[in-house]
Amino acid sequence: MRSARRDFRDEELLADVIARLIGDVRHVAVGNASPIPATAALLARERGHGKPYVSLLQSRKHNFFTDGARELFDCAGQGRIDVFFLSGGQIDGQGNINLVSIGDYAHPQVRFPGSFGSAYLYYVVPKVILFRTEHSRRTLVPRVDFVSAPGTSEPNVYRPGGPIALVASRCLFSFADGHFTLESVHPGHTVAEVIENTGFDFERPDTAPETPAPTPETLKLMREVVAPQLAEVYPQFAAGVFGAAVPSPFQVEPSAASLLPHNRKREETSGENG
Amino acid sequence: MTDMRDNGMAKPTTSLDEALAPIQDGCLLVVPREVSGVPMAATRALIRRSVKRLHLVALPTSSLQADLLIGAACIATLETSAVSLGEFGPAPRFTAAVTSGAIAMKDATCPALHAGLQAAEKGVPFMPLRGLIGSDVLKYRDDWKAIDNPFGDCDPIVLLPAIKPEVALFHAPMADRFGNVWIGRQRELATMAHAAVKTVVTVEKLHDGDLLADPLLAAGTLPGFYVDSVAVAERGCWPLPLPDHYAADAEHLALYAKLAATAEGFAEYLDRYVYEKRAA
Repeated sequence: MRSARRDFRDEELLADVIARLIGDVRHVAVGNASPIPATAALLARERGHGKPYVSLLQSRKHNFFTDGARELFDCAGQGRIDVFFLSGGQIDGQGNINLVSIGDYAHPQVRFPGSFGSAYLYYVVPKVILFRTEHSRRTLVPRVDFVSAPGTSEPNVYRPGGPIALVASRCLFSFADGHFTLESVHPGHTVAEVIENTGFDFERPDTAPETPAPTPETLKLMREVVAPQLAEVYPQFAAGVFGAAVPSPFQVEPSAASLLPHNRKREETSGENG
Repeated sequence: MTDMRDNGMAKPTTSLDEALAPIQDGCLLVVPREVSGVPMAATRALIRRSVKRLHLVALPTSSLQADLLIGAACIATLETSAVSLGEFGPAPRFTAAVTSGAIAMKDATCPALHAGLQAAEKGVPFMPLRGLIGSDVLKYRDDWKAIDNPFGDCDPIVLLPAIKPEVALFHAPMADRFGNVWIGRQRELATMAHAAVKTVVTVEKLHDGDLLADPLLAAGTLPGFYVDSVAVAERGCWPLPLPDHYAADAEHLALYAKLAATAEGFAEYLDRYVYEKRAA
């Protein structure tokens, strides 16, 4: 994926875009199968010198929860999570996402893993950032086949949260008032190409700006500081994108000298708690 | 608190197959998510025993465990929020079984499963949960109901019935001879055990002493009161990880993803890694 003219990868650009969207918040959580958002969240934390708190659901190190897997959802229900990320096998122009199936639900042609926490978190997390690296008419559709979670709700439905943006491989869309607006086109792509490959209608300005490329400082931070942290949860992704910067990911993590927690050798702290 | 040692409550550990006896055909069985102590040695033993028609609740998601049980035709109904092999791609036997209609799927969302078990834990018939309204997840769940919040004003909210499993099954770092099990920060394992009628646990090793006697250990301990049987199964999560103790076996998971892509390859996997003990 490395371009001949550029010194950054697509994944690095997308992570940089997402890190900017995260903004100044207290707590960012990242769910399963989200290596690019995880990169972005860790990047935001490095830039903020430990702020925001970052919770990677499948991580042991980057995860402060002690009350079981439900604590994340209880936190979100109270408004203690500011940013979350969701994707979809299909995403439509109303911001509906489909993580379940294509075709008739009872007899699907294609089955995806499932809705995960989307049917709850999409409603209660104030800034949900949608991401989809395949930008095509197959994935960005006029209407999803199955609504894992709707983009908007009726006025009487409790909904402090919802989508604010969709980060795709060709461009960045913002989301407001029930529809998407083209914000910027990534380097190397064009508005015509975005229109050609997007299955839903969207608003667009007369001229769309180009998405800023990651700065050398950002790239250095991602490759040297973020990538090794990422390798715990996404070893394949970290090795594939950031390559040699990453230590061997398949080693057993702690010293197994004792199974007793207070006898275990202290591991390096991740810095998330300051 | 009564000292269990004086009441003849010690629970000698048993063989893996004996420990799994409560899991009969048709059992409503709850198991933990892929990074919380998945009992893979026990799962392979259940497949060798040809357990049938399980109603599996994977709290709240699953990976290799559900895929193996589905491929080995042990499951009638699957209730979970997602099944995938993560970085190793889709779960092939799950995908094939859902598209062919071989299993009944009860699609959920993660906090709904936690809430259903919490209801059972409290002995109440249901738990309310935000979100869900207007989704097809709710639309296809006849057992979930939206009501108007009795304390609000035109505020629809979803009620989820309690999930009361017949058996909770998981793997943990250690247990003592009183059946107390150290689960550390994996608190969902305690919720599963509180909610279930019976709890079966496999552990890496036995702890010499009483886990409840040391306050540091007691805070992370599931009391033997909730535990029906314990069996030692070293590296019992392999090839999945046991948090804080060993990592996933990535090479093996990649091999599984490759073999399980076809029915023939999956049968070969079972022969090599599940049934091999039978040949001995």
